[in-house]
Amino acid sequence: MPRTVRDVVFVDGVRTPFGKAGPKGIYHETRADDLVVKAIRELLRRNPGLDPKKIDEVAIAATTQIGDQGLTLGRTAGILAGLPQSVPGYSIDRMCAGALTAVTTTAGSIAFGAYDAVIAGGVEHMGRHPMGEGVDPNPRFVSEKLVDESALFMGMTAENLHDRYPQITKLRADEYAVRSQEKAAKAYANGKIQQDLVPISVRRTNPEGGETGWGLVTADEPMRPGTTLENLQSLKTPFRVHGRVTAGNAAGLNDGATASIIASEDFARENNLPVKMRLVSYAFAGVEPEVMGYGPIPATEKALAKAGLSISDIGLFEINEAFAVQVLAFLDHYGIADDDERVNQYGGAIAFGHPLASSGVRLMTQLARQFEEQPHVRYGLTTMCVGFGMGATVIWENPHFEGDK
Amino acid sequence: MSTTAELLKQASDLFPDEVVTSAHVRHFDLPFGAGRFALITLDNGLDHTKPTTFGPASLANLDAAIDQVEKEAADGDIVGVGITGKPFIFAVGADLKGVELLKEHEHALAIGKGGHEVFKRLAKLAVPTFTYYNGAAMGGGVEVGLHCTYRTVSKAIPAFSLPEVFLGLVPGWGGCTLLPNLIGADKAVSVIIENSLNQNKQLKGQQVFDLGIADAIFEGADFLEQSLLWTAQVLKGDVTVERPVIDRGEAWDQAVAKGRFIADGKVHGAAPAAYRALDIIAAARNEDLQQGFDAEDQALADLIMGGELRAGIYAFNLVQKRGKRPAGAPDKNLARPVTKVGVVGAGLMASQLALLFLRRLEVPVVLTDIDQERVDKGVGYVHAEIDKLLGKGRINQDKANRLKALVTGVLDKAEGFADADFVIEAVFEEIGVKQQVFAEVEAVAPAHAILATNTSSLSVTEMASKLKHPERVVGFHFFNPVAVLPLLEIVRGEKTDDASLATAFAVAKKLKKTAVLVKDAPAFVVNRILTRFMGEIQNVIDEGTPVEVAEKAVEPLGLPMSPLVLLELVGPAIGLHVSETLHGAFPDRFTVSPNLKAVVEAGKRGFYVYDSGKPELDPEVAALLKQGDTVLTEEQVRARVLDAVAQEIGLMLDEGVVAEAQDIDLCLITGAGWPFHLGGITPYLDREGVSERVNGKKFLAPGVASVPA
Repeated sequence: MPRTVRDVVFVDGVRTPFGKAGPKGIYHETRADDLVVKAIRELLRRNPGLDPKKIDEVAIAATTQIGDQGLTLGRTAGILAGLPQSVPGYSIDRMCAGALTAVTTTAGSIAFGAYDAVIAGGVEHMGRHPMGEGVDPNPRFVSEKLVDESALFMGMTAENLHDRYPQITKLRADEYAVRSQEKAAKAYANGKIQQDLVPISVRRTNPEGGETGWGLVTADEPMRPGTTLENLQSLKTPFRVHGRVTAGNAAGLNDGATASIIASEDFARENNLPVKMRLVSYAFAGVEPEVMGYGPIPATEKALAKAGLSISDIGLFEINEAFAVQVLAFLDHYGIADDDERVNQYGGAIAFGHPLASSGVRLMTQLARQFEEQPHVRYGLTTMCVGFGMGATVIWENPHFEGDK
Repeated sequence: MSTTAELLKQASDLFPDEVVTSAHVRHFDLPFGAGRFALITLDNGLDHTKPTTFGPASLANLDAAIDQVEKEAADGDIVGVGITGKPFIFAVGADLKGVELLKEHEHALAIGKGGHEVFKRLAKLAVPTFTYYNGAAMGGGVEVGLHCTYRTVSKAIPAFSLPEVFLGLVPGWGGCTLLPNLIGADKAVSVIIENSLNQNKQLKGQQVFDLGIADAIFEGADFLEQSLLWTAQVLKGDVTVERPVIDRGEAWDQAVAKGRFIADGKVHGAAPAAYRALDIIAAARNEDLQQGFDAEDQALADLIMGGELRAGIYAFNLVQKRGKRPAGAPDKNLARPVTKVGVVGAGLMASQLALLFLRRLEVPVVLTDIDQERVDKGVGYVHAEIDKLLGKGRINQDKANRLKALVTGVLDKAEGFADADFVIEAVFEEIGVKQQVFAEVEAVAPAHAILATNTSSLSVTEMASKLKHPERVVGFHFFNPVAVLPLLEIVRGEKTDDASLATAFAVAKKLKKTAVLVKDAPAFVVNRILTRFMGEIQNVIDEGTPVEVAEKAVEPLGLPMSPLVLLELVGPAIGLHVSETLHGAFPDRFTVSPNLKAVVEAGKRGFYVYDSGKPELDPEVAALLKQGDTVLTEEQVRARVLDAVAQEIGLMLDEGVVAEAQDIDLCLITGAGWPFHLGGITPYLDREGVSERVNGKKFLAPGVASVPA
C-alpha cells in the first residue's frame, strides 16, 4: 500500500488562565479534569467547522496521573467534554513536555495517515498533585550512581546549570526575569493573551483565600507586573545557600490546562478550519538528568538537522521558562542576545506560570499568534526542558508567510 | 434594623434548628470588558445530599447580601448582580421544618412577607439581576429567580418545580404572580397546578427553557462560565433577550378554568391549595404585582394555619422518611443475600411479581405452575413486558437480553427452587392450597430460603404452621397494579425470625417498595380499612340510601375514586371474598352485602356503564339491588362511614396490627392512593372530630399533623 506523508498543522489552541498552586490559589477547589474539559469545550466552540465525530483521538498529558489526573484522562476528558463516545482518548506523560508530546505523537500519527484530526493538550494541577506525589524512584539510581541525587529536584538542576555556565550570573537571570514580567504585562495590555484564554468558574469556601462563593477567572494568577530587579535580588535561593535560582527567576508551582486541535493540512482546509502553523520537524533529546535545563539545546540541534534548517532560519522562539538560566544557556549556545526580540515576545512561564504537562501547547498558541502578526517570519520554534534530563523542540512554519519581500 | 430584618429575626427565633444558608457575595470582572459583577452564591455549607433551603435566618443572609450589592449598584461599582447555587443544587425552597413549627397566623404571615420583602429587592436594584439555575430548584428557589431580570438554566438540571400545591401550599414568594406574567397563564397553570397534582412532576432544564422560564440554556459542563459570558453580552447589548408577548385575553380565563378542571379531577374540591393558587393566577392578569404578592401572603398564612397543609407535610414526611426507614424492621445486617428467586404460580399476579423481581434484583427468576402451558404463558408475559420496555426505550437491547435470559419456567419445583434464596407464592387464595404449596417448596428449597406469600387475607402463621421451618415464612403483600402502587405490607408470622424478616425488608428496598411491618391479622391494613369503609357504604345502600347519595357522601374527602368505582377496579368478586374473610374474623363489624353477592353471582364486573361518557348505574345492576327503606342524607352516610373507619383503626392500633397510626396512614397513601391533604386518614379524622367522637381521643398528638398547640 503506497503511503504519503501528510502535512500536519496546528489549527487552534486555548488554555485556562494559570493559577498558583496551593490553598489560596484560584483553582484550589477546582478539579484538574474539569480544567482540561473546559479547555476542550472552548476549543470546539471556537471551531464549529470541526465535527466532533471526526475527531480521531484525544491525547491529554499529565505528569502525575492519579486521582483527577488519572483514569486515562484523554478518554474521560473526552466523555466529560461531551464528545461522541466513538472518539477515543489516551494519556501522555513526558513531565513538562507532556502537552508538547501529545502534539508531536498525534502529529506523527496524522502524518502517517492514522488520524485526520485530534485534540492534544495537557493539564497539571500542582496544588492537588504536588511534584513528586507518589513517586518511588528505583534505589539503583543512587546506588549505582545512575543519576546525581539532585536530578530529582528541578531547582537543584537549575543551580547545576549555573555551575556549568559560570557566565550566566544571578544578575543575568534576574534581569531576564524582569523582562519576562514586563513583556507579559505588555502582551496583556495589548490583548494578546486573553484571546486564547478560557474563562473558568471557580468556587471558594475558605474565606482565607478571599471572597467566598463562585467566581470567574479570566486572567493568569501568577503574574507580577511591575517586578523590579531590586525586588528579585532580595529573594531567597531555596535550592542552595548563596545560590542563584529564586522564585523570581523561575516559573512557580501552578495549576492549568491547555488544549489544541492538530490536523492534517488537507483535512483542515476541507473543513474550513484555520491553519495557524505548519509542523516542520520535532525532536527530543536526553542529557544528564542533573542538568536537565540543557535539554533544549541538543533537541533543537536534532530538530534543525531533520528540517535542514539552521538556527538563523528561525525568526521566533517560544522557550519555556522553567528557569531563566535554562533560557540563557540556550541563547548563549546559539549566540542570541538575552533581550533578542525574537525570543518569548509575550513573556514566558516566569510570568504566566508553568503547570508542567500543560505548558507545551501554551508555547504553540503564543507562537501561532505571533506568526499571524508577523508574516515576514517563516519559521519559529517551541522548545522546553524536561525533567530527568530531556529537551523537546518543535519547529513550525508560518502559513501566513508572505515570502522575502 | 429594617422592618424586614426585624421580621426575619423574630421568625428565626421561632426556628432555632434551621440549617442556615449563606449568601456569599464575590466580585470579579466579566469577560469582554463588560464590567465588574457581583455574584451571590447560595450555599448551606453541606454537600449536595443536603439541598440548600430558605429558613428565616437564610433569608436574612440573602437580605444582607442584597444590602451590600444594592449599595454597590447604586454607587456604580458593579454592572450587574447574579445568583447561583452550590454544586448540583440551586435552592429547593422554604425549609418545611420551620413551617411545621408555626402556631400563629401572624407568624405564618411573616414567613410569606419575609420572603417577598427580600426577593422583591432584587427587582429594584439599580443594575440588572441574573439567576443561574445551576442545579435542583424548587419552590422558593425557583421564585427567587423569578424576581430577577434574566435567568439561565443548566441542561443538566434533573428537578425544577413549584411543588407547593402538591404539599398544600401556594407558590407564595412571587410564584403565583410572577410566573404567569412571565410565561403566560396557561404554562404557569401547567407548572403550578398540573405538575404539582401529577405526583409532583419535575421539569428538566430543557423544559424550563422551552417554557420560557429561562432566557438561555447551557450545558452542565461549563454552565456557569457560559452563563456569565452570556451575561456580559446582555449587559453590553450584544445579546437582546426577547420574550413572547403574553395573551392576557380570553386565554387567561381558559387557563384558569383548565386549572380548576385539573384540580377538581385530582382533589375534588377537598383541598384548598390548588384553588387558592388559581385565584391568585387569575388575578395576576392585571399585572399588579404588589396586589398579587399580598394575596400570596394571605393564602400562605391561611394554608399554613390549615389542617390540609399540616396533613400534607406529615404525609410527605411519612413517604420520604418513614417509608424509607420502616418502623420495627430488624437490623438490616441480619438480611441474607438473595441471588435467585422462585415464583410459585404463573398466573397474571405471579407473572407481574416475576417481572418486578427480575427488573429490580436482576437475578435468576424461576416460575413454576401445574402445567407447561401455564408456565409458558407466564414466561411469555414477562418476555412481552420486557419487549415493551425495550420498545419505549426504557431499557436497551443488552439489558433486555440479560433480563430475558434470567427468567425461566419449569414444572419441577425441585429443579427450579433447589438453589433459590427467596420463593414467593401467588396461587389461589385458599389456605389448604397454600399450605400444600409451601410444603412442596420446603421439601426442595435450601434450608435458608425465605418462603413468602402474597396472600391478601389469609393467616401467614397458619400457612406456616405445617412446615418444619415456619420461622422463614413472611407475608409479602403487594398492591395492584404492582408496578404502580408503592406499598408492600410485610407480615410477620408468629414464628417468623428476625433474619427472615430482615431479608424481606432488604428485598423490599431493592424492589423500591414502601415496606410497612404489619402483624399477622386478618386482611392486614389496607384491605381491612378499605373493606370496612366499603362495607359501610354497602350497608347504607342495602338499607335504602340511593347509590348516588352514598357515592357523593364521601366526595368531600377527595379520594382518588368513588367507592363503587374502586370496587369495580378491585373486582366485585375479590371484594366479596375479602369481606367474607373479614366477616369470618369480625362478624359484628364486617358484613357481607347480599346485594354485592347478587352482583357477583350475576357475573357483573362492575356497577356502572359508561355509554354516555359518564358513569351511570348499570340498569341490570339496578334491577338486582334489593334495598330497605332507610334513606340517609349525605352527611349521615359520611358520618357513619368515617365513624366506622375511625373505630376500625382504633381497634387495629389496640391489636398492634402496626406500630403507630403513622403506619396506617403510610399504608393508605402508598397502597390505596389516599391523598396527602387527608394525611392518609388519621389527621383528617382527628381534624374533623371523628376520632374523639368514636374513640374518645385523637390518633396523633397536636403538631404531628396539625397546627401545634
